[in-house]
Amino acid sequence: MSNLTSLTITQAKDKLRKKEISSMELTKACLERIKKLQGKLNVFVTITEKEALASAKEADNELRNGSYLPLLGIPIAIKDNFCTIGVRTTASSKVLDDFIPPYESTVTQRLKDAGIVMLGKTNMDAWAHGSSTETSDYGPTRNPWNINYLAGGSSGGSAAATAADLCIGSIGSETAGSIRQPASWCGAVGLKPTYGRVSRYGVVAMGSSLDSPGAITKSVEDAALILEVIAGHDPKDATSSNLPVPKYLLEIKNPEKKLKIGISGNYLEGVDVQVIKVFENTKKMLQKLGHTFVDLKLFDPKYAIDVYTILQRSEVSSNLARYDGIRYGNDRSFFGEEAKRRIMLGTFTLSSGYYDAYYKKAQKVRTIIINDFKEAFDKADFILAPTSPTPALKLGASQGKIMFGELADVLVEPSAIAGLTGINLPAGFSSDGLPIGMQFIGPQFSESEIINIAYSFEKETEFLKERKPNL
Amino acid sequence: MKINVKHTAKLANLPLSTREVKKFEGQLSETLRYIEGLNEINTDNVKPTDHVTGQENVLREDATTPSLSQKEALSNSKSKHNGMFKVKAILNE
Repeated sequence: MSNLTSLTITQAKDKLRKKEISSMELTKACLERIKKLQGKLNVFVTITEKEALASAKEADNELRNGSYLPLLGIPIAIKDNFCTIGVRTTASSKVLDDFIPPYESTVTQRLKDAGIVMLGKTNMDAWAHGSSTETSDYGPTRNPWNINYLAGGSSGGSAAATAADLCIGSIGSETAGSIRQPASWCGAVGLKPTYGRVSRYGVVAMGSSLDSPGAITKSVEDAALILEVIAGHDPKDATSSNLPVPKYLLEIKNPEKKLKIGISGNYLEGVDVQVIKVFENTKKMLQKLGHTFVDLKLFDPKYAIDVYTILQRSEVSSNLARYDGIRYGNDRSFFGEEAKRRIMLGTFTLSSGYYDAYYKKAQKVRTIIINDFKEAFDKADFILAPTSPTPALKLGASQGKIMFGELADVLVEPSAIAGLTGINLPAGFSSDGLPIGMQFIGPQFSESEIINIAYSFEKETEFLKERKPNL
Repeated sequence: MKINVKHTAKLANLPLSTREVKKFEGQLSETLRYIEGLNEINTDNVKPTDHVTGQENVLREDATTPSLSQKEALSNSKSKHNGMFKVKAILNE
């Protein structure tokens, strides 16, 4: 039964319902695989074996009683920045090394209410500061396709766990790229919801005007299923949207529309030739499906790096001010170098005399970026672009490069700044056998439509799924 | 532009070693040079955005709701006294 762990959520759900497998079997298979590969990949910060087995037992009882919860008995890995009651939550920082939250994040509460089995908490860049997981105080996560390469980040642990079949699905969070980029480097589906679509309550705060929790999964249908569970208004997060949550799983099966897909030349500048090749193939495939292309000239993404750097550092300095080691965690001397650097820059850009020149200026350019996308979506339904300028980079690539994350995320930063939704889809491989992903970017709250086109594209690329990491 | 690292560290309440102060002096200036590109963009008459989806005046009823118990709130503290957080004195005699 070794291929149990390679099931998608949708497949596992079907087998559980039909009593072909039990949640206990599925959970044990995942835990066994985790034990086998944790040393090699460093995917988890905390493995919750005991709790997982107890949840699986309970799920099997409920399944026998005919319960119909959307994720009943499904083993899921959770990024370690979601507070989980009674389970250590570190955000991969030694400041929170021994922090046991006395409360639960809204996302994990909704997942638990939906019946998941939590396998453990996955590694990430410390405080989600980075795009490599190399800033984690618990060591980098390795890319399952080649362990000498990075998994990407900040949700690198969740992406690697999903791609390596250590779990059936996973949860990450994105501020600017942290879902889409590791999904791209590891070969998984990564859906970044619109800002405010999913509650931030109980997620260790990073850039509060940007943070968007979301799923990293093995299929588009799985992403739709998880989003349906975690999305929706939350009185505990004043920025969460009160728009009704569509039935994403039903919408996915809607007949595809013929769409106008926008392409912007400046999103292809400086992009690795192998990524360009996959991009061209993707275009051909979409053309075959009957979609048409519109040339756009989007606002140069290089400016998004500047805007993001200022907004993110500023919000970080404010959010991380609360860690004083008095009420919980360790004191401020435990911050790693990356966090210190970000706190310092953000403190400066918010400080008296510099606020207007930096923070306010960046907020103004943010308005320009938002308006630029609004105009673009008058002409096109979606934007297609590579997710990352390169396939996964080698271990150590982020070392000594203070703008590493920002440069790696140049193609996802503009849409994150505008609060848009976007999805990474596996679209090909490099000659070295590393996955390459493409993204669709859509207007705010266009998750239904984006899932719909992603699903039709996925059907055309089923052949990619035959290839699995050799672990 | 050079950042006064010692002053900023004080504002941020961050203990930095002499080595870190020196290192950050260089690195933070480098980052500032990088993001100076923003000055190429004319933002006259552009309003700043601090919230992207247009939620406004989100209010809740002014009523008490269950919250953490005292024991739960103190459960992670390394320094407590008689059911309270124990902190360092901030005033000297």
